[in-house]
Amino acid sequence: MSSAVAGIKDRTLLAAIGDEDSITGLLLAGIGHVDKGRKNFLIVDTKTQTSVIESAFEEFTERKDVAILLINQHIAEKIRPMVDRYTQPFPALLEIPSKEHPYDPEKDSILKRVQKLVGE
Amino acid sequence: MSGTGPRENIFPTRMALTTTKGRLKAAQTGHSLLAKKRDALMLRFRAILKKVDEAKRKMGRVMQVAAFSLAEVTYVAGDISYQVQESAKSAQFRVRAKQENVSGVTLPGFEAYKEGSNEFGLTGLGRGGQQVQKCKESYAKAVETLVELASLQTAFMILDDVIQITNRRVNAIEHVVIPRLENTIKYINSELDEMDREEFFRLKKIQGKKKRDTEERAVAAKAKAEAEAEAAEDTPRAGEGGGYEVGQGGGDDLLASGKDKDVIF
Repeated sequence: MSSAVAGIKDRTLLAAIGDEDSITGLLLAGIGHVDKGRKNFLIVDTKTQTSVIESAFEEFTERKDVAILLINQHIAEKIRPMVDRYTQPFPALLEIPSKEHPYDPEKDSILKRVQKLVGE
Repeated sequence: MSGTGPRENIFPTRMALTTTKGRLKAAQTGHSLLAKKRDALMLRFRAILKKVDEAKRKMGRVMQVAAFSLAEVTYVAGDISYQVQESAKSAQFRVRAKQENVSGVTLPGFEAYKEGSNEFGLTGLGRGGQQVQKCKESYAKAVETLVELASLQTAFMILDDVIQITNRRVNAIEHVVIPRLENTIKYINSELDEMDREEFFRLKKIQGKKKRDTEERAVAAKAKAEAEAEAAEDTPRAGEGGGYEVGQGGGDDLLASGKDKDVIF
């Protein structure tokens, strides 16, 4: 845990995996970052394969400069097993709603953990 | 009697008893301190839990508002997504790590800050300029909410871990360390008592023997005195011939009379 906290000083970026509209909006806010051809966002549409999403998820979670990873909830559904297995404190994983899929607290893996603990 | 259950393997002396009692005291203090820490952390944990729940719902609403403003922009200026994607070079919206100390636990948090100029190169979108600006602001606000939420989430996860560790330690002290020390103390006490009893018994035995010895000597001395008294009665009848012997026999033989009593000053 101490190494994760030590590395947190270098984590400054937000990464995002989402549909076109969500990504456009987030980029407008200014989180987009391209260095040496590496982008910190992935646009997912109906044609994108699950394996592509999974590898992007892994890549973003392994990068040392990403502090927060934003992901649309309906995309998180596609890689739900991987998301549920994710327990690192950094980068922080956040499920966000999209235009077509409003926020559903039932599906959020972090909230599920919360409820499990509160229920104890 | 002697401590049932696991105890430490030490040699039972009074010194060991004192040190073990000291250790028991320390363990009890440590236990109460840890229990307090755990309770404080749990309180904080529940507070954060509530905040996380609220923040998630707020996020839902804020993102909805931002999405609407994007829809407006698209309506006014057409599809700007391609331009936006292409112009993303260096992130202007970044987060900084900050540490917070909660009852001994350093919790990390995120703080949003803007780096670099606000110039996006998009304001040259013509008709959409103002709408784009509005959309940018609403999304910026949304992302700030998201950053707060992420801070809360990490704090929550780390706190969860720490609470579990503290809980484990409290239970370990309560159910393992303190019973062991108590058993050790009982054992030492019982061994010391046993040694005392043995000592007492030994003393009694020696006293008894001494008493018997003095009694025997007294009996022997008495018998001897009687024998000499008889001898002294006989000798006046023996006459002059025995006079010489009487003189010698009458008095005590210094060398044979045994040990003199000690002269005690």
